[in-house]
Amino acid sequence: MELKGSSNLSKLATSDDHGENSLYFKGWKAYDNNPFHPTRNREGVIQMGLAENLLSVDLFEDWIKKNPRASICTPEGVHAFKDIACFQDYHGLPQFRNALAKLMEKVRGGRASFDPERIVIAGGATGASEMLMFCLANRGDGFLVPSPCYPAFDRDLRWRTRVQLLYVDCESRNNFRLTKQSLEDAYENARKANIEVKGLIIANPSNPLGTTMDKATFKMLVNFINDKKIHLVCDEIYSATVFRGPKLVSVSEIIEEMECDRDLIHIVYSLSKDMGIPGFRVGIVYSYNDKVVSCARKMSSFGLISSQTQYFLAFILSDEEFVEKYLTESAIRLANQHDFFTRGLEEMGIKCLESNAGLYVWMDLRPLLKEATFEGEMDLWRVIISDVKLNVSPGSSFHCHEPGWFRVCFANMDIKTMRIALARIRKFVVRENDQVPQQGMKQKKSSKGHLTLSFPSQMYDEAWVVSLQSPHSPLPQSPLLSART
Amino acid sequence: MENMLKNQEQLLSKIATNEGHGENSAFFDGWKAYDMNPYHPTKNLNGVIQMGLAENQLSFDLIQEWVKNNPRASICTAEGTDELKDIAIFQDYHGLPKFRNAVARFMEKVRGNRVQFDPDRIVMSGGATGAQETLAFCLADPGDAFLVPTPYYPGNDRDLTWRTRIQLVPVVCDSSNNFKITRIALETAYQTAQESNIKIKGLLLNNPSNPLGTVLDRETLTDSLSFTQEKKIHLICDEIYSATVFSQPGFISIADIVKENIASCNLDLIHIVYSLSKDLGFPGFRVGIIYSYNDMVTDCARKMSSFGLVSTQTQHLIASMLSDYAFVDKFLKESSKRLATRHGLLCGKLAKVGIRSLKGNSGLFCWMDLRRLLKENTFEAEMELWRVIINEVKINVSPGASFHCSEPGWFRVCFANMDDETMMVAMNRILKFVIQSKEIEANNSRKQCWGSKLEISLSFRRSDEFFMAPHKMSPHSPMSSPLVRART
Repeated sequence: MELKGSSNLSKLATSDDHGENSLYFKGWKAYDNNPFHPTRNREGVIQMGLAENLLSVDLFEDWIKKNPRASICTPEGVHAFKDIACFQDYHGLPQFRNALAKLMEKVRGGRASFDPERIVIAGGATGASEMLMFCLANRGDGFLVPSPCYPAFDRDLRWRTRVQLLYVDCESRNNFRLTKQSLEDAYENARKANIEVKGLIIANPSNPLGTTMDKATFKMLVNFINDKKIHLVCDEIYSATVFRGPKLVSVSEIIEEMECDRDLIHIVYSLSKDMGIPGFRVGIVYSYNDKVVSCARKMSSFGLISSQTQYFLAFILSDEEFVEKYLTESAIRLANQHDFFTRGLEEMGIKCLESNAGLYVWMDLRPLLKEATFEGEMDLWRVIISDVKLNVSPGSSFHCHEPGWFRVCFANMDIKTMRIALARIRKFVVRENDQVPQQGMKQKKSSKGHLTLSFPSQMYDEAWVVSLQSPHSPLPQSPLLSART
Repeated sequence: MENMLKNQEQLLSKIATNEGHGENSAFFDGWKAYDMNPYHPTKNLNGVIQMGLAENQLSFDLIQEWVKNNPRASICTAEGTDELKDIAIFQDYHGLPKFRNAVARFMEKVRGNRVQFDPDRIVMSGGATGAQETLAFCLADPGDAFLVPTPYYPGNDRDLTWRTRIQLVPVVCDSSNNFKITRIALETAYQTAQESNIKIKGLLLNNPSNPLGTVLDRETLTDSLSFTQEKKIHLICDEIYSATVFSQPGFISIADIVKENIASCNLDLIHIVYSLSKDLGFPGFRVGIIYSYNDMVTDCARKMSSFGLVSTQTQHLIASMLSDYAFVDKFLKESSKRLATRHGLLCGKLAKVGIRSLKGNSGLFCWMDLRRLLKENTFEAEMELWRVIINEVKINVSPGASFHCSEPGWFRVCFANMDDETMMVAMNRILKFVIQSKEIEANNSRKQCWGSKLEISLSFRRSDEFFMAPHKMSPHSPMSSPLVRART
């Protein structure tokens, strides 16, 4: 739909560089037009394309009821209303920064310490990432980004800053680990194209992979950026979604263990994923570079966190007992949800990249591609949206180098809805397999020769049949929240 | 050290290492002086009184009372916590529908319900700061320019140009006609830009004006509209002080002018910036709004709002508060009254000792005329006077140069961010200073004449009484002010 009023506007306003025409967002639109509801719209699209953490927000509610002082709107807290409503200092409330620093330390198991004076508040991770780009790179400079990566980096890092993103392709043959060779190649390609590389950004834990970076790779990476004298931006917004080993290795720990120019090291953090509060727009930049801290702080005026929200969060995050309980319980619930989903998929022969973090899995649907191309991936994706009625995110929207991978989110629904989603996937897989010449229902090889769909045993068949006949599973009821209205 | 600095410059972006943030301007030096030695009615009587910050703190008692009576407006009260989940997870950049509806209705009320605002055109931003920058990103490319009448809010330099790389071209206004924006001034500025090959993309108006404290009259608004329409450039109206109008003439919004000219007007060129920081006194909540009549700008600005959305916790509170129309009516009326009283106290009484201000009817400040206190008619003399005011009179005011005023000697003095007692102390200090200056002036030179309306009393004791509320003889109020607090 063409909008009126396009003449006389900036190039930014009239181009597509905002990135919202990406398939990542198109799937959301399909959901918005026909959203699933357990009673009102059981045929609707189930949202599995939005990385939200809905599993533990009930813990917030309990705490709030017991701590009325944390709000400037309760009788116990209203005395602070005026001071807080007037507080626009871009340093942020000191108690808020202190509480955030402590949280970040706790999430890293005390293996690193954070100075509250280096915390710069920003409008969500979106605002924080953009702000860092404005500080570190000029228009036309390049930033290396390992792929697959978060689709909205196109908008956040590039749109208004005019920085170029240079993808460093990672491959499934080594589980998408970043290699020195791929970094060197990407850097060299940039140099040949006369693009000045100013830095590299990673997400750790990774979105969309759901994995944490191992120490050896991290050290290789830090050596690389030191050697090239370029910045390293670590987006650690999923740091508290690590639900099993290996533990998160944060850049804050790595730099304690090796020689590194700390002026090159910066962290983006947010509470949107770890705490499930994306609406509150809590983003921060943590930089080890004084000048960046100073500059970013001045820029934060363009997107500060509401003082009302800072005040509330300062209270709740200063309650160490609550934080401890939340982090532990959240990890358990994420693990349970992840395992329920991946086991269900395994039973149908669908593999996911082995992961230990994040709110999603990186699903391998290469065997279901009619052809091993991105067109094939698109075809499959359209079918998943319109026939299977699940919004999942195709790998191409994450700039994945290989077709056939999909990111599927699991932490924004209850077990009932997840069962429905699994049943739909099962139905689809069976139907797809019916279209392929049978080979004893044992193996179906993809063009790359990987073993994919397998129907291992009678036990599986029985379990499958039981679940089809009885949608009301004998498994214990999930303590989780219901599908959102 | 030099090498380290050089390395930093190479390591970081140009934006990070230039002065575009504007914080080295004198405007901030005054804040720094206050921060280092803030006045407190009991703990630091000799501290600097902050009169450089345009904050509206006069009506918080009304807000607090409403908040106490409406616990469901918060997701953190026992009554409201059932909504926490839905609110905390909501990150749709369209914003909560009830928030947009409430803001649209509020904007209509402030304009006497003469015009209508479409809630679907309400786009959030990170305060007015974020709104200005976002509009600049949408309307202009790097190197393009906006015309801005002087004197103007110093933050415009940072907000509009720092990261966007656009330029501001001043439209010079002066005291000869009370700083009114004339068609000639607009044309002159436009022509000058053309001659320098600078592409003008828009005109930014501030109505009511910061720092003047006046509203734009109908003639200025219609002239500005026809000028921009003719040149096919954008008209951006910053109306963040719209509900601080406390006396006649009333406020005329660009929305009024648009309504009157709807048939002949290209609406795609018209945009409004709004915020709740001044009208309601909530700068901490970062509620900025862009209202554009241009569909593409609305769409683009909405996408950009991801960089600075309003916290849904705050959207929820504001939605509830502004949907209570009875409260809003009461608040607007009472807030105006208190602003009028405070303005009368500061500007009215000082006028009686020969300190004139531009006749204002809005805003949170007076535009004070201290030209006669300058040693000479230069900006250096203005700076000198300003340092005396900060260091000796111990009041932070803002010098006209920081607002790009074309004439030295004007100062913006804020009056709505303190209680009555502190106001009295501030006025006493100003009075004392004026009297001392007059004595020095009388000793040094017989050139100046203060005018026949002067009614100065040279007795300090009588002047204390003159400025004090009748029941208070001592400038050291036994009441600890709840309003002005030394910031930690």
